[in-house]
Amino acid sequence: MSYKFDFAFLADKWPDFVAGAWLTIQLTILSIAFGFLLGTACAVARVYGGPLLRRLVGAYVETIRNTPLLIQIFIVYFGLSSLGLKLSAEVSAVIALTVNMGAYTTEIMRAGIQSILRTQLEAADCLGLTRFQAILHVVLLPAMERVYPSLASQGVLLMLASSITSQISTEELTATANLVQSDTYRSFEVYVIVAVVYLALSALYRLGFWAIGQVLFERRRRLGTPL
Amino acid sequence: MIQLNANHLLYLLEAARWTVLLSLIAFLGGGLVGLPLALMRLSKIGLLRTLASGYIQLIQGTPLLIVLFLSYFGLGILGYKLIPLVAAGISLTLYAAAFLGEIWRGCIEAVPRTQWEASDCLGLNRFQQYAYVVLPQAVRIAIPPTVGFMVQIVKNTSLASVIGFVELSRAGQIVNNSTFEPFAIFSAVALIYFVLCYPLSVAARTLERKAHAGR
Repeated sequence: MSYKFDFAFLADKWPDFVAGAWLTIQLTILSIAFGFLLGTACAVARVYGGPLLRRLVGAYVETIRNTPLLIQIFIVYFGLSSLGLKLSAEVSAVIALTVNMGAYTTEIMRAGIQSILRTQLEAADCLGLTRFQAILHVVLLPAMERVYPSLASQGVLLMLASSITSQISTEELTATANLVQSDTYRSFEVYVIVAVVYLALSALYRLGFWAIGQVLFERRRRLGTPL
Repeated sequence: MIQLNANHLLYLLEAARWTVLLSLIAFLGGGLVGLPLALMRLSKIGLLRTLASGYIQLIQGTPLLIVLFLSYFGLGILGYKLIPLVAAGISLTLYAAAFLGEIWRGCIEAVPRTQWEASDCLGLNRFQQYAYVVLPQAVRIAIPPTVGFMVQIVKNTSLASVIGFVELSRAGQIVNNSTFEPFAIFSAVALIYFVLCYPLSVAARTLERKAHAGR
C-alpha cells in the first residue's frame, strides 16, 4: 500500500466541519423535540382515541416505519416543491426527520402507556383529576420513565440518520464532508474525521439524554431503581 | 421532458431486484459476522469481549452513510477498483453485523442461567453447551427481532444509491431526472419499499405474539 495519509487540509477547513456539526446539532435537536411531541400525541391518540383516529395513527406509523428515510426526505423536498410548496433544504430536513422520529416515538410511547395499569387511571378518576390531567401526570410521565432508554437510543439513531439529509444539500456535517472532499481530493481522510466527529456527537447525545433523565425523573434519581 | 409511463415503473421494479439482492447480501454477511460477534461479547476472555464491544460501539456510533463512503473510498486507497456493489455489500455487512450481534447476544442471554448450569452438570463442554443446549433455545427467541431488523436492512440499502449503485432509490432519482415528477415517482418508490418491508414487519409482530403465547 503506497497511499500517504494527509490531513493538512484540516488547517484551512476545520471551521467548515465545526459549522457542519453545529447545523447537525441544531437540525437534530429540533427534530427530536418536535418528533417527541408528535409521537407522544399520536401514542395517546392510538391508545385512547376513537377507532378512526387509531387507524389513522396506525397507518402513519406503518407507512413511515416501512419506507426509507432517504425517500421520505426526497418526497418532502422534491415532491412538495413540485406540488407548489417550496421549502428550504433545512426546513424540509427538519420536517422529514420530525415525521420519522414521530413514528418511532409513537410505538415506543405506546408501549410505555400500555404498561401503566388501568387501576392508576381509575385512582386518578377517584381523586377528581380530569381526563387530561390524569393522562399527563399519571400516565405519560411514568410511561416515559419506563421507555426512556429506548427514546434516548432513538434520539441518537436520528442524529446519525440526519447524515442522510446531506442528499438534499442541507449543509450539515456529512454535506460538509462531501464538499471538502471534492475540494481537497482527500476523501478517505475527510470521512475518517467526520466519523470521529459523529462518534463524539453520539457520546455527547447519550450524555445529554442521561442528564435530561436525571432532571426529569426525580424518583429514579433519588432511589436509582427503575419503575 | 418525457411523460411518465409504464416503462418507468418497470424500470423501478427491475431496480428493486437489486435492492432485494443487496438486502440478502447484507443479511447473510451480517449474520456470518454477527454470530461470532455475539459469542465474543459473551466470551470468558476479556480481550475478545472488549474487541467485540468496541467494534459494535464504533459502528453503532457512526452513520451508515459515512461507513459507506469510508469503504467506497477506502477500497480505492487499497488499490481496488471502486465497485459500488462491493462497497455497498461490505458496509451493509459491517452495519448489519454490529446490530445483529447485539440482538443475538441479548437472545443468548435470555436463555435461563439454569440451562447453563444443568448442561454443566451433565459434563458438556462450552462448545457442546452452545451447540446442543443454548443456541437451539436462543434461536427461537431470536427469530422475531431478527425478522424485524431485516426491515431496517431493506430500508438502509437505499443509502447505496449515494455511491452510485443503481438500486430502487437510485432508479427513482434517474427516472425523476428525465420526467421531473418527483412526487409521483418517489411515492411509487416508497410504495415498492413498503411492499417489501410491510410483510416482514407483520411477520415480526406475529412471531413475537406467538413467542409470548405461552406466557
